[in-house]
Amino acid sequence: MRADAFRAEAPVAPLLSVRGLTKRYGGRVGCEDVGFDLYPGEVMGIVGESGSGKSTLLNCLAGHLRPDAGEVLFDLGEEGLCDTLALSEPERRRLARTDWAFVHQNPRDGLRMTVSAGGNVGERLMAVGARNYGAIRASALDWLGRVEIAADRIDDRPAAFSGGMQQRLQIARNLVTGPRLVFMDEPTGGLDVSVQARLLDLLRGLVRDMGLSAVIVTHDLAVVRLLAHRLMVMKGGRVVETGLTDQVLDDPQHGYTQLLVSSVLQV
Amino acid sequence: MTEAESRVEAPGADYNFAYLDEQTKRMIRRALLKALAVPGYQVPFASREMPMPYGWGTGGVQVSAAVLVPGDRLKVIDQGADDTTNAVSIRKFFQKTAGIAVTGHTGEATVIQTRHRIPEAPLTEGQILVYQVPIPEPLRFLEPRETETRRMHALEEYGLMHVKLYEDIARHGEIATAYAYPVQIEGRYVMDPSPIPKFDNPKLRMAAIQLFGAGREQRIYALPPYTEVVSLDFEDHPFVPGKAEGACALCGSETSYLDEVIVDDRGGRMFVCSDTDYCAGRRAAGHVGAEGAAAGEGRA
Amino acid sequence: MYVAVKGGERAIDAAHAWLAEERRGDPAIPELAVAQIREQMTLAVNRVMAEGSLYDPDLAALAIKQARGDLIEAIFLIRAYRTTLPRLGASEPVETGGMRCDRRISATFKDVPGGQVLGPTFDYTHRLLDFALAAEGEVPEAATAAPDAAPKPRITGLLDRDGLIETEPASDETPPDLTREPLGFPAGRALRLQALTRSDEGFALGMAYSTQRGYGRNHPFVGELRLGRVGVEVEIPELGFAVEIAEIELTECETVNQFAGSKTEPPQFTRGYGLVFGQSERKAISMALVDRALRWEDLGEDFTGAPAQDAEFVISHGDNIQASGFLEHIKLPHYVDFQSELELVRRIRAEAAASAAEREAAE
Repeated sequence: MRADAFRAEAPVAPLLSVRGLTKRYGGRVGCEDVGFDLYPGEVMGIVGESGSGKSTLLNCLAGHLRPDAGEVLFDLGEEGLCDTLALSEPERRRLARTDWAFVHQNPRDGLRMTVSAGGNVGERLMAVGARNYGAIRASALDWLGRVEIAADRIDDRPAAFSGGMQQRLQIARNLVTGPRLVFMDEPTGGLDVSVQARLLDLLRGLVRDMGLSAVIVTHDLAVVRLLAHRLMVMKGGRVVETGLTDQVLDDPQHGYTQLLVSSVLQV
Repeated sequence: MTEAESRVEAPGADYNFAYLDEQTKRMIRRALLKALAVPGYQVPFASREMPMPYGWGTGGVQVSAAVLVPGDRLKVIDQGADDTTNAVSIRKFFQKTAGIAVTGHTGEATVIQTRHRIPEAPLTEGQILVYQVPIPEPLRFLEPRETETRRMHALEEYGLMHVKLYEDIARHGEIATAYAYPVQIEGRYVMDPSPIPKFDNPKLRMAAIQLFGAGREQRIYALPPYTEVVSLDFEDHPFVPGKAEGACALCGSETSYLDEVIVDDRGGRMFVCSDTDYCAGRRAAGHVGAEGAAAGEGRA
Repeated sequence: MYVAVKGGERAIDAAHAWLAEERRGDPAIPELAVAQIREQMTLAVNRVMAEGSLYDPDLAALAIKQARGDLIEAIFLIRAYRTTLPRLGASEPVETGGMRCDRRISATFKDVPGGQVLGPTFDYTHRLLDFALAAEGEVPEAATAAPDAAPKPRITGLLDRDGLIETEPASDETPPDLTREPLGFPAGRALRLQALTRSDEGFALGMAYSTQRGYGRNHPFVGELRLGRVGVEVEIPELGFAVEIAEIELTECETVNQFAGSKTEPPQFTRGYGLVFGQSERKAISMALVDRALRWEDLGEDFTGAPAQDAEFVISHGDNIQASGFLEHIKLPHYVDFQSELELVRRIRAEAAASAAEREAAE
C-alpha cells in the first residue's frame, strides 16, 4: 500500500539503472546478469544469505569493485543517465563524495576513528570546498542532532562511542552533503535488537524527510520490511525474485524466498 | 659547459665541478625543469648518495650542485644563520668541490641554500633559493602510504588536510601548526614549504626561483618567481604568521623572526634576529637594540 | 652579556682533528693495516661490501679503519664513494649454479647430488671465548684435500624437474636500478630484491624473524644455502662476446616455502630468494624469508597486515644509510622550529588561562 502510493507519484526517469551486471572471481560467480531500475525517492532492498552475491553487487554498484560486464547508469543531472563505470577516476570519486553515500556494516570502515565526531561529519563538506570553520561546525552540530548524538560529544572521537552511536555518526557523515543515492551494507548488522530498532526508526525518518534513494543490502527481513519499497532476492549470484516488499514477503513465489521468509518466521 | 671545462682547477680537487658528475646533474636539471613547469608537484628523482648523511641536506646539496656555475656566489644558512655547523660544512663542501665564491650577504648571493628559514631581506629576480627538505609530502602524517598520497594529489583530494586543521581548532582554538605549514600552489597542489616557521610563509611568493630538494625521499619540487602560494586556513580562522613578541636585542628589529636565547639559569632570556646577516646589516646601518651596542663590539 | 656564537668553522676543524686522534688510539700500540682488516675481519668487510653495494675488499677494509669499526659509517663511506664512480658497463647475470662452492648445504634433503659441504662455518662451534687467541701465535694449518670437482645442481632445480616447486620464468629484462632511478611503488620483485640485498642486516634479520613468529608466516625450509666464488663476465662490444673480468664471493639462499594450491591447481612449493656479496649467511637467509613474505600478492595470499608483507614499509625503512642519516639529523639545530612551537604553546596556554580566569570571574 505504501509502496503503491509511492509508485503512483514516481517520475518516469530512473535515478539508477543497472543492466546485465556480472562479476566473477576466477571461476566462481559473484553476481550474474543483474538488472534493475531505481527511481528517485525509492528504497530497494537486496536480501539473500551470505554468499548470495548481494555484497558483491552493492560494491559493484558503488564503484568499489569493477564488474566484468554490465552497466551502472546514474542520472548525473544535465547529462542525464551516464555509465558510472565509464567515468574517469576523479569523476567517480567526486560522485562518491557528493551525490553518493556508502554506509558500511562496520562503522570502523566508514569513520575516521582518530578524528573527532565533528571532523568526521565535516570531512565531506571540506572535501567539496567548505572553508568556513563556523559553518562546518554548525552543520556538524545540526547533523549530530538529527542522528540523536548530544551536541557536547562533537569533539569526542568515535572510539569513545557505543556501536549504535558510531553507526549513527557514520550516517550523519554520509548524509551531510545531501547525497541523492545511499548504498547501505547491513547497516544494522552487529547491533543489539533495541539499538537496531532505534536506528531503523531514524533511517526511515531520514529517508522520508530527505527523499533519499537507497539500495540496502541485508539478510535481515525486518530491516527491508520497514525501509524498502521494493525487494530483490538473490541466490548464488542471481536474482531469483523481485517485487514490492510487502508482496514478496507476504506471498513469496520462488522456493528460495519461501524458505527465507519461513526461516525468519520460525525464529 | 663541457665536462673538461667543469673540472675543478683548484689544487688537490679530485672531483667534478660541484662534486656530481655531469650525467647526474643533467638528470637533476631535468627534474628541476619539470618541477618548475608544474609548481608544487613533487618530481621523483634518482637521488645520489652524497658524502654527507641523509637528512643533513643531501637534497638541497644535489639541487645546488646541479644549478651552480663557476661564476656563482653561494650563501648557505641553517636556522637563518651562516655560521651554524651544518651551514659551515655545506659551504666548505662547495668551496672545496666547486671552488666558487661564498658570501654571508643575502643581497650578494646568486644561490642561497637554506635549512628552515627564508632570509628577511626580499630576494630579487635572478637569485635562486634552494631548500633542504626532510619530508616533502604534506600528507605524509595523515596517510603514510606513498601510493595513496600520490593518488590524493593526482585527484586533488585534499579534504583530509582541512580535517586536520579543523581538529586543531576544535582542540586548541587555533591551527596548531607552527612550522612546515602546508600551502596550496596556484590553486592546485598542496605543498610542504619545508620546516620553515609559518612566519616565513608569506615570503614564499617572491621574485627569486625557489627549488626544494629532498634527498632521502628522492623528490624535487619548485616555485617559479611570483607563484601564488596560499597558506591553508578557514575563512573565519585565517592564517596568521606568528613570531615571538618584541624586538631584537641587538638590532632592535620588530619585524624579523626572533630566536629566544636563554642567558642564565634564573629564567632570564633575550630575543635576537634569527637571520644573522639581516641583523648585522641593520647594526651596520646604525640600528641598535636594547643590548646592541656592547654586543656589536663583541661580534665585530 | 650575550654574544652570538661564531666560529663554527674552527670548532668543526678541531672536532675533526680530535676524531683523527681517537681513531688512532694509543700510539704505543701498532697501527692496524688495511690488509690486516681485510684478511682478519673478513665478515665485517663482507657486510660493508654487501650493504655498501660495492665489491672491493680493500676499500671496505679502509672504510672500516676510517670509521673506527662503525660498520654503518663504513658502509656510508663506501656508498658515497660509489656514487662518484662512472658506469662503464653492466655484467652478464652471474651463474650461481656453477658456483665454486666453499660451502653448500640443504636442509630439505639428507643428502643431495654434489654432497653437503660444511665449509668455514661457526655453526657447530661452541661459543666459548678462546683465550688462546689473546696470545699471539699461528693456528695449525687445516687439512687439505683435492679440489671437489663434483657438480652441485640446484636443489630447487631438482624440485622443479618434478613440478613440485613454482617455475621461475627466465627473463632477459634489465632489472631496475634503485641507485640510478627514483624508487617507485608498487615495486616489482627485482627492485625489492635489490633493496633487500642492500638493506641493513639487522633490519632484514628482524623482519625475517617476525615472519617466523607469525607476522606473515611462510613456513620456510632452507632448500639450499651456497657460498663460493663465481666469475663476473662483461660483454665487450668491440669483441662481440663476454669475457670474465673478475671473480667474486657470494652467498645465495633459496628457500622452499609453503605450498599454494586450489581446486584447479595442484599444490606446489613456492620460493624465496636471497643473494648477498661475500659470506653473509644470516643476511642471505633473512633476505629470502622477507622476499617470500613480500610475494603474497603474486601468490594470491591474504595481506594479514604483517610489516614484512608491506613492501612500502620494508623498502622505505631497510636502508641503514637513509635511516641513520635521518635519525641522526635531529642532532642538528632545530631552534627556529622549536621557537615557533614554543610561541604557539605559550599563546594557547595563555588563552586557556585567560578564559579560565574569565569563567571564574563570571561565577
